[in-house]
Parts: sequence; C-alpha cells; structure tokens
Amino acid sequence: MKQISIVDYGLGNLFSVKQALEFCCDSIDINVDITSSPSIIKESDYLVLPGVGAFENAIHEIISRDLKEPIKKFASSGKPLLGICLGMQILASSSEEFGQHQGLNLIPGKVSHIGDTNSDGSPRKVPSIGWKNINVKQNTNTFNNSLSLHKNQSVYFVHSFQFLPEDEGHLIASYDYGDTKISAAVQKGNIIGYQFHPEKSGQNGLKILKSFLNM
Amino acid sequence: MDNIVSQNKSARLIARLDVKGPNLIKAVHLEGLRVIGDPSEFAQKYYSQGADELIYIDLVASLYGRSNLSEIVQKTARNVFIPITVGGGVRSIEDVENLLLAGADKVAINTGCVLQPQLIKDVSQKYGSQCMVLSVEAKKHSNDYWEVYTDCARESTGINVKDWVKEAEILGAGEILLTSIDQEGTAKGYDNELIQTVSNLVKIPIIASGGYGKPEDINMAVSVGADALAFADILHIKNKNFLELREIALSYNIDIRKL
Repeated sequence: MKQISIVDYGLGNLFSVKQALEFCCDSIDINVDITSSPSIIKESDYLVLPGVGAFENAIHEIISRDLKEPIKKFASSGKPLLGICLGMQILASSSEEFGQHQGLNLIPGKVSHIGDTNSDGSPRKVPSIGWKNINVKQNTNTFNNSLSLHKNQSVYFVHSFQFLPEDEGHLIASYDYGDTKISAAVQKGNIIGYQFHPEKSGQNGLKILKSFLNM
Repeated sequence: MDNIVSQNKSARLIARLDVKGPNLIKAVHLEGLRVIGDPSEFAQKYYSQGADELIYIDLVASLYGRSNLSEIVQKTARNVFIPITVGGGVRSIEDVENLLLAGADKVAINTGCVLQPQLIKDVSQKYGSQCMVLSVEAKKHSNDYWEVYTDCARESTGINVKDWVKEAEILGAGEILLTSIDQEGTAKGYDNELIQTVSNLVKIPIIASGGYGKPEDINMAVSVGADALAFADILHIKNKNFLELREIALSYNIDIRKL
C-alpha cells in the first residue's frame, strides 16, 4: 500500500485535492491522507502541498506547525513532491506578496505579481482567472509527456502572483496572458510545481494527477 | 452601445445553482419560486457537459444568518473537478473555512461584506483574493445609478454599486459576481449597462449573472466587459445543454476553454 500525504497547513482546498487524488487512484493500491504529522510525511511515498491563500500566511503556518524541515527532508529524499498553486509558490526562495518573505527554497526563484498592465500600458485583469492553454517547453518534452503536460491543453488557473525560477531550465510550461508569459509549471528533479489547479481542471487535470502518481 | 462588434475575448461559462435547504430552486428576482431537484445531480450533469465552473448560492441562508451548503458542496466535490464557488449566509472567516474544507474553492459574499467590509480584507489576506468573490445584487434606478441590495434582494442599503465595487477591489476582492435583480430569472438579457459601468471601474474579473434569454445576450455581455457568464434557468428549466452554450460562444469568436 503506497501512501500519499496532502500537507495540512491550515490553508488550502484540501478536500478537493483529496477527492481528485482518490478519484485518480481508484484502481491503484494507494492511500490518500490529509496530515500535518512530520512522521507520516516522512513515511509517505508522495507528498502534495495544496494551496489556496496568501504566501506569508502559508509559510507562517508551515513554520509554526514544525513542518518546514519535514517537507525539506522529504524533498531531498528523491520521492515525488507536488506543489499546487500557492503550494507551488512556496517552493520558491522568496516572495513579494504583501511584503518580502522567505520560501522553502526548494527551487531557486522568486514569486512576483503578474502585473495589471501589458507592455504597451493597456490594462489586463488581475487575478488571472480561467482556463488557459499551456505552452510546453520543447527540450523537456520527454519528461513532460510522462507528466501528461501537452501543448495547448486547457487547464484552470486562478492567481495574482507567479513563480519566476532563477534557472530557466526549471520552467517546464507557461501560458500567455496579454503579452506576457506566465509560469504554469516548474520542475527540479523530483520536485514539481503547478500554478494551475489539476484537481479543478476536469479530465485534463485528472490525467496530470494520475501521471504524478505514476512517477 | 450601438457599435459593439464581436471580439476575440475570452469568457468562462458557469452554471449557477440557487438552492434552498437541500433543493435546487427556480428563482425570479432572487426569490425562490419552486423546487427543481437535487443540486448535486444537476452539478454533475453540467460538469460532464463542459461547464467551466459552478456557483452555489443558498438563497435563504442570509435570512437566518447561517450557511448550510457544506453537505451539498461536499457531495458535489466528490465527482466534480471544476472550480466551485459557494455563497449565502457567509458572515465570518469561520464560515469561509468551513466551506473551503467542504470542497469550495471560492466564496461569494454579499450581505456579510456590506455589514462588515473588513471581511473582504480578512478573507483575501488569509485565503488570497482569488478566493474572495464579492457578490453584488444590483437594482437599477437610472442609467447611472444602481443600488446595492442585500439578503437576496430583500434589503436596500442606499449604497451605490459604483462606489461599492471600487471599495471592495481596494479591500481585496478578487472577482465580482454581478447579479442584476431586475433581469434575474426574466430571460430578457443581461443588464449590459451595469456590466459596462462596473467593468470600467475595476480591474478584477466580472461574472455577469441574471437574464440570459437568447444567443446574442452572450455576445453583448462579453462585449461590454463580462469575463464570465452565469447561467441558471436556461439550464435547469429549459434543459439547454452546456455544449450548445459553448457553440453559441464560439460562433461569436469568444475564446472559451478547450475541452
């Protein structure tokens, strides 16, 4: 029996993520739990950091629940770790959301506002909400196939901030918003981050989650 | 309003389900008229037809100061994997937390925010502004003045919609569910002046709700600034398939989700 743990740090649409993961592993021998226990996190085969909320709050909750080290240790164990939306952003080194804050620093980079104007000064809506077609990077194609990330696939985004990795190589997918490219997926080894919500992206999203469970 | 041409704009197509107790109901001018059925069954149907999101509003919750949608949301979230917005009777951070734990992704708040604007700030700081949908029930008095109503269009507030949406955006609202009390349930088209007015005042996305009757209504609402459209009776009563609504949107070159 394999164990998936969804980290409960008091924020996030935990139930939605759990439902979607359970739906995905219907026929597979996997157990899905919501937990904030360091020992369960350590024993898990897969770790998921969900996310709905604000960066500062998230990091504060993770630290006050003594979860920072267990998550970092899990990441260095080489087992698959998935951050979703805010859960992806906290993988970064720092964030500029409501002030300067330190992240988990698992993938070097910073979190910045997506900006409410295009380069020609025309306005665009923030938060960016809706179904966007993602652009998948060519050079990481084989890996992206195994993640079920495909060009022009429509997935659901809702965010005002984005993860800008220091190393371009860690960015594996993006989408176009106005005239800007926005980060959609980052990856460094066993650590994966999705800005979109696979648990809210219908059939496409379920396929993407299923691929994560096959890692 | 005369020179509107169809444009390559994106829009979300949303199913709105108004509930009273455990039932999906038909509402006119936001008043519940009759029982239609089990909301989670309808939700499941719209999900499989390609709805982009769902909105649940408990029409009587506000009256009793409670939100009892958690069960319906929980049941729905088991097999519906698109965003779910839930509203009705949300008064506090605890109410928001309970709905999110049940499987909601966003909360829509009207009365609670009018009574206590600080709630907008509290919700957006704790859960992010994308989670905080300001629900606005607007009643038209003139081409330039819409009044904010609360408690499912039962209470007038004297607040100008134009002032309220600007204030709410500053406080951290991430989206506006804009319901025209006058048009709701009438199938006479959206209140396009209202959509245009609000759209010019704020940068956050607007979900237009109330009044869909004919294909051109979709084009008009999107042209004047709606980022998403909510459909109710046309789905629940007239049994229109979401796939047909998608076709209509595509026929006006509106950029919608690829299924």
